[in-house]
Amino acid sequence: MITAEVILAASEGANPLIPNWWEILVTAVAFAVLLFVVKKFVAPTFEKSYTDRVEAIEGGIEKAEEAQAEANALLEQYKAQLMDARTEANGIREAARSEGANILADLKAKAAEESARITAQAQVQIEAERVAAVNSLRNEVGTLATSLASKIVGEALDNDARSNRVVDRFLADLENQANAGVTK
Amino acid sequence: MTAFALPMASNDGGFVPPTISDTHLPDIFPWMADYGTGFGKQMVMIILSVILIVWFFKAAIRNPKLVPGRVQFFAEGFYAFARNTVGRDIMGEKNFRPWVPLLFSVFLFVLLNNLFGAIPFLQLPSFSHAGSAYAIALIIYFTWISVGVKKYGIRYFKLAVVPTGVPGWILPLLVPLEIISNFIVRPLTHSLRLMATMLAGHMIVALAGSGAAYLITEQDSILLNATGVAVIAGSVAMYGLELLIMVLQAFVFTLLTAIYIQGSLEADAH
Repeated sequence: MITAEVILAASEGANPLIPNWWEILVTAVAFAVLLFVVKKFVAPTFEKSYTDRVEAIEGGIEKAEEAQAEANALLEQYKAQLMDARTEANGIREAARSEGANILADLKAKAAEESARITAQAQVQIEAERVAAVNSLRNEVGTLATSLASKIVGEALDNDARSNRVVDRFLADLENQANAGVTK
Repeated sequence: MTAFALPMASNDGGFVPPTISDTHLPDIFPWMADYGTGFGKQMVMIILSVILIVWFFKAAIRNPKLVPGRVQFFAEGFYAFARNTVGRDIMGEKNFRPWVPLLFSVFLFVLLNNLFGAIPFLQLPSFSHAGSAYAIALIIYFTWISVGVKKYGIRYFKLAVVPTGVPGWILPLLVPLEIISNFIVRPLTHSLRLMATMLAGHMIVALAGSGAAYLITEQDSILLNATGVAVIAGSVAMYGLELLIMVLQAFVFTLLTAIYIQGSLEADAH
């Protein structure tokens, strides 16, 4: 144990700027040892793990970027495909619509033609039948009217000339009527 | 501890403040020279610091992982600080790599030895002793000079002391100033800044401790005893401040190391 007297005695001459040579020696050697160990073992390990980590992180980022790019490409592809399909569907729909319209128009035209044809045929037939009817009617009506008139008038129709005149006039009237009916 | 024993040992009842010599703790080999000049506690602490640093970092990196564990992360924090914050930011991407081990060693060596001043029972910042501060500053002094000489040859000294871009007539005034500032004042300030802040902090803590002990144990008045307790409370704040200064000075010392070496590497740039 150091006594107070010793300390006090020592303190009188103490100058904090005057070094103890032991301190210099020990510090220098200790620091040299520390530096050696750090340089030889500590720093390389740290640098290595630092590099490894940078590589791992950068590799990870690269991989992620690759995956991202791949996903983007796929997305683009899908989008393009979708667009194609949509265009195609539109085309098909458009074609179907125009085809349908064509068919409809065709059918309409055909129907109109058919109806026109049927109408024309009917008219021709009706005309023929009318003409036939008029002809037969004229004969029959002439006969009928003459016989009827004979029956009504009886013997009064002996005078042929008179009788012919009456029939002719009747038929002319009938003719006029029939003509009026045709032109009507 | 011995420092605190001092005022209590003085039997005349007066308060004897701790002196510079109280920062020299007992010699380990008593046969070596006089008090404060032999192989003492401070030197044991220096050696202890190296052992602790090497032990911790060897343990932290024994099995380095890509995703660091807690200890490895902590250790890497120190390395990244010396490497990136000090080395790369000061010396630049091109130059810093070879100097990282030196900066890392300097930073941890100074930091741990400073922090010894805040650890109970050790309670002595190693660099409060001028010898250690001189030693480490000298190592760095010779390092940056040799860096310059290696890169530029003998021309380095001209580059270092003759500023470019000033009129010739002012050179006789400037060159001696540059010589003094670069080659004499620089290593002195580099070492003494560290040593003085550590010594002052240590003396403040020692003074507060011995003062409080004196007030509490040697005084009869309860009021003075209470004052002693207040001094202890105040010394806790000083302790916090000391802690900050210890870390800060380790950083400043390392930073200056980087700046000096950078100055030598780029001596032709200014």
